[in-house]
This record gives sequence, structure tokens and C-alpha cells, in this order.
Amino acid sequence: MDLSTFFNIDYTLRTVALGAGILGIVSGALGCFAVLRKQSLVGDAMSHAALPGIVLAFMLTRSKSSLVLVLGAALAGWIGMLLIINIVRYTRIKEDGALALILSVFFGFGLMLLTYVQRLPDATQAGLDKFLFGQAAALLRQDVIIIGVLGGLALLVMGLFWKEFKLLSFDHEFGATLGLPARALDVLLTSLLVIAIVIGLQAVGVVLMSALIVAPAAAARQWTDRLSVMVALAGFFGALAGVTGAAISSLGAGLSTGPVIVLCASLIVLFSLLFAPNRGLVWRWARQQRNKRTLQDTAVLSAMMTLAKQHDTPYHAHNINVLRVMNLKRGGVQRTLEVLEAEGLVAEQSDDLWALTPAGLEAAQERTRFGAQTAPVEMA
Amino acid sequence: MNSYQLEILLIAAVVAVACALPGVFLILRRMAMMSDAISHTVLLGIVIGFFLVGDLGSPLLIFGAAVTGLLTVVLVEVLNRTRLVKEDAAIGLVFPALFSLAVILISRFAGDVHLDVDAVLLGELAFAPFDRLVIGGVDIGPRALYIMGGILALNMLFITLFYKELKLATFDAELAATLGFAPAAIHYGLMSIVSITAVGAFDAVGSILVVALMVAPPVTAYLLTDSLPRMIGLSVGIGVAGAAGGYWLATVLDASIAGSMATVLGLLFGITFLFAPERGLVSLARRRSRQRYSFAQKALTIHLLNHQGLPEQAEECHMDHLQEHLRWDAPFAEQVVRLSERAGYVQSQSGELRLTENGRMLAAEAMVGT
Repeated sequence: MDLSTFFNIDYTLRTVALGAGILGIVSGALGCFAVLRKQSLVGDAMSHAALPGIVLAFMLTRSKSSLVLVLGAALAGWIGMLLIINIVRYTRIKEDGALALILSVFFGFGLMLLTYVQRLPDATQAGLDKFLFGQAAALLRQDVIIIGVLGGLALLVMGLFWKEFKLLSFDHEFGATLGLPARALDVLLTSLLVIAIVIGLQAVGVVLMSALIVAPAAAARQWTDRLSVMVALAGFFGALAGVTGAAISSLGAGLSTGPVIVLCASLIVLFSLLFAPNRGLVWRWARQQRNKRTLQDTAVLSAMMTLAKQHDTPYHAHNINVLRVMNLKRGGVQRTLEVLEAEGLVAEQSDDLWALTPAGLEAAQERTRFGAQTAPVEMA
Repeated sequence: MNSYQLEILLIAAVVAVACALPGVFLILRRMAMMSDAISHTVLLGIVIGFFLVGDLGSPLLIFGAAVTGLLTVVLVEVLNRTRLVKEDAAIGLVFPALFSLAVILISRFAGDVHLDVDAVLLGELAFAPFDRLVIGGVDIGPRALYIMGGILALNMLFITLFYKELKLATFDAELAATLGFAPAAIHYGLMSIVSITAVGAFDAVGSILVVALMVAPPVTAYLLTDSLPRMIGLSVGIGVAGAAGGYWLATVLDASIAGSMATVLGLLFGITFLFAPERGLVSLARRRSRQRYSFAQKALTIHLLNHQGLPEQAEECHMDHLQEHLRWDAPFAEQVVRLSERAGYVQSQSGELRLTENGRMLAAEAMVGT
């Protein structure tokens, strides 16, 4: 099956993938600020806190229109966020305690309302519980439009306040001393995060939506040190996870979309943690090996120079065993000498007798110039 | 109340106490969100254990789940130690991944057994009494009561045996390490307890209520006391009260018991947040206003002392001048003067204020800086 028929045939899949993709862009981009401000778990608390809002919105309006439910979710998430901020400000309860408290209490309250509604005789509530784990397959065109409009608005506001958000993310105190309304901007930024979360609830569910905030941003962070690049990359990773996850979950029966999308995002994180240039673990390991080699080369060269100082000529040859003794059990002297020989820095004059070459002497002097005691060799 | 209801209430109370005990230390050690992470990831252990053993009632499942709980802690720490992500992000990455894996495993391979994600997450206490423990043909009560009772006993034993170590490692980890108390061992011990409790409770009350029961009572108690033993005692009491109140509410509304308990616990916290004697919002506001007036009275006496007996006295020590000089608005100035008169610091004669001996002493004391 080639791509064009694939996309032409499956209208549902196209809708779902589009919705999940937009969602990934919005949550990835806004998630960057949450991750940089060490508020990764705020998303978790707010997505759980949104549940009672969804049920209450349904109870009050008797409508299952996405817009109504999303607004209810946003309101509840927003109230939860304000409560968390104020609990931390006015009591000695730390942020983790406030987050876990609001998360579990709001979710429990939502659960109580949900079960209450479900047992009402006239209820047409069927399908509200899909908000727990998400059902992207049920996304309709109008849902995707809502996701697109609200998400686009959130990104627009993010763009308008880019400079302020950037400053507050990296140096909150400095921003406040410049006269920025730090508290209002904090609330605005977190409100944008609430929007990014609630538009994803229908597709990904309240339990796992937080991962879509954290994972793309954490992955993007590994590839760059610039905020603008990070936000763009996180949006891309989010979209990638969203589209791939939606596609995979549409293949298998009984696969909730939320978990599949989250696993895709987790794989992207794992790949980034390992292979991102400079910060990645594989790179770090390779750099450590390289440093070790350089250190070993320098140690052997400098040992040979020290020995040579005691002779008329700096090119006097010494037995490898002497170098081994001076090498303090680090080992691999033979191999190091062979490497240095290939670079033309040392030469083997006869069996196991090694001497510096002129290039080697220069290299030894160069490399030990900043060393504490080593002075250049005096030519006799 | 019939025996069925009594059993539910009893199980709920035992779960509440079992959760509150480790919860106190989670709050004090600022690790409350670990309870959220662990209560989700134990599902993976249960699923894998189920695939290996094939029996949902096997105690091996509890063991497997406890191991996954510890695995969560270790993974978060490993990730944190790479310094590539901060600790909060590490938690936010690890538990959704493991939980998603568990959910997918269940829906792909265990669809036909009673291992329902909704049930794990939300729990249904109302069904707990139907699962009886029968020994030698005799029905000796609901199985959940015995499992949670055992876990409660384990938690009590752990906290009693290592009370001193827990306390020290919680409040001063450096000192504990210096004295050789192995705070790392205590840390993992506590995390094991949290994992085992989360596993035991998932069946009865669901993982989200585990978080509510572990966090809400200690957080509420934290606003009421400064002493660790009293905080533990209060947490246990609040947990049991929340369980009982929640069960009542659930019966009235015919709604989820776990959800109702979390709701009642939230209400208890809300009441405490507002009205706690020392740290509640109301007493905080009252204390602030009292301090504001007491400071204002001192400022007034100092002002009067500075100008008394000098040529400008008639003008400076007059009621109407305070607004200009001390920048008080009229109602506030009147209130301060009224309070000062009542306390015997000043005397007022048609708007002109005069210090009493007491007022002079107050001003002198304030200026020396007691």
C-alpha cells in the first residue's frame, strides 16, 4: 500500500493523526517551559484535576460537545492550579505535597461525580469515562478543529510573551526586579499549559496526558541549548509521537491511544538521552574514552621526557619496563607506545628500547607546558 | 448497618491507617509525588507477575509489584544522576512509560481475565467483601481485610523498629549518614513499604485513592502540629475519619467509595487550611492584622514622644495630623487611637493626644529594640 492510498482511504485515521499531531506540537512546545521551570509534575496534577470539570460541565449542560467539556476541564484544572500555588504560598506544605493532594482529591471528586452520573436513570453519559485513558479513534472533525483553534491560540500567546516567558524561565528574580508582573505571567504561562493539557484529554486521557507535556521537552532539551530550537524540536517530537501513536493504536484492537502515544514519546526520550550529540550518554562515554587516551599518551610522553633529562640527549632510549614503573599501574604502556609510534612521536630503537623523536619531544613540551613542575628540557 | 457494610468500613479504615503511616514520612521527605508514581507502576509488576504465575490471587504478585515499585525509584534516581533531566522530569518520564507498558500488556494479552485497568486505577471497595478467605472450609472474613491487615502490621513494625533512624534520616540526612545510620537503606526501606502498601491497596481502593490516603491526612496533620508522634497520630485519625465519612457519602450518593473518600479527605484538608489554629488562613490573617495594629500603636507612641513638650506639640500631636505624618487613612488612624486609649497608652482631649506613663514606656522599649 503506498502512502497516497493509505491516507486517502482511511479518513478516520487521517483525522485522528491530524488531531494527535497538532496536540503533540502544542503540548511539546508549552511543555518546554514547564520542564525548564522544574514544574514537570504540574501537568500531571492539572490533567487529573480536570476530571471533575468534565463531569460537572456535563451535569450542568447535559451536553457532550467537546467544547463544553474542554472548557469545564480547563476551569477545573485552572482552579486546581490556583489552589496549589496558594497552598504553597500560605502554608509550609511543599510543592510536591500540594501537587499530590490536589491531584488525588480532585481526581477522586471527579470519580465520585462520574459514578454518581452513571447511576442516574436518565443518564446519557456513556463515553465520559473515555477521558480516563483517551480514545483518539473517537476524534471527530469538529474535535480536531477545537484542538487546532485552542492550541493555535495558546501558541500565539506564547509567541507574544516569548521574551517574558524566556526571562522568567531562566532568571525569575531578575525578571521580577526588571518590573515584570512575574506573578501574573506565571499564572498566564500555567494557564496556557492548562489549555495544552485539556485539549489532549479526549485523545490521550487524564492519566497519561502529563507525559506528553514532559517527554517531548525532555527529549528536545538533549539536542540543543537554545530555547527557540528546543521549543521547535519539542513540538516536532510531540507531533511525531502523536501521529505514530495514533497510527499504531488504530492498527491493533483494544489499544488505547494514550498509552501507545506515551510509549512512542518515551522511546524518543530514550533515543535522545543516548544519542544526542554532546549531552547524550553515548557521546559522553566516547568523550571520556578520548580523554583517557589523551591522558595516557601525555603521561607516557612526559615520563619519557623526564627520563631523557637525565642524559646528554633528549633522544636517549629507555626500556619499556622503566616506563611501566613510572606509569603507576595504569597499564597499556605497550599499546600507548605503539599508538605514539604511529603518530611519529616515539621510535623503538631496538627490542623494548624506546626513545622520543624530535616531534615527540616538542609534543611532550607542548602538552606539559601548563603542568606544574615540568620545565623544558635543557639541551646540553 | 449490616455486617457487609461493617466489613467495608473496616477494610477502608485499615487501608487508611496503613497508608497514613508511610505517608507522613513521604510528606516530610518531600517525596509525595513518588506515591503517585509508585501507585501507577505497581500495575506493571502485577501484570508481569500474573503472566508468570497465572493466578491473580498469588502472593508472588505482591512481591513482583513491590519490586516494580522499587524499580521506579531506582530508575528515577539513575535518570536523575545522569544530570540530563531534573528529578521532577525524571519522575514524569518514568512512571507514565511503565504504566503505559502495563496498560498495553493488559489490553493485548490479558483481555479475558479479571485484570481491568479501570478497576486497578479506580478500585471498587464495594466488591471487596465478596472475595472471602476460606480456610479449612470455614469463612473467616474478606480476603482484602487480611491482606491489608498484614500490610498494616508490617508498616507498624517498620516504623516502630526504625523510628529513630527514620526521624533522623528525615530531618537531618547528613547527620544520619555521619552517625552511620545508612540513610540510603532507610530510604529504600521506606520505598519498599510504600510499594507494598500501594499493591495491597490497589485491589481494594484503586491507585488514586492510595495517593489520596498517603498524602491528604499527613498534609492536613502537618498544619496542626509540630511534633512527629502527634503528626503520625493525627494522620491516622484523619485517615480513618476520611474513610468513614467517605463511605457515608458514597452510600448517600450511590457513587464510588474511593472517590468519595478522596473528596471527604479534601474537604477535611480545606477546613484545616482555612481554620487551623496556628497555620490556617483565618488565623494567619487575624495575626497579621493584630501585628499591624500593635505596630501602629508603637509608631503612634514614638511619634508622640518625639514631639511632646516641644513648640510644635499642638500641631504634631493632634489626631488630624496623623494622616499626613504617618500616612494613615482616617479610619485606620481613629482605630489605632481608640485601641491605644483603651490600652492606656494615650489620652485624647478634643483631638489632642497625650502620652501616658505606660505609653512613654512602650515607646522607650520599642526604640531600644527589645
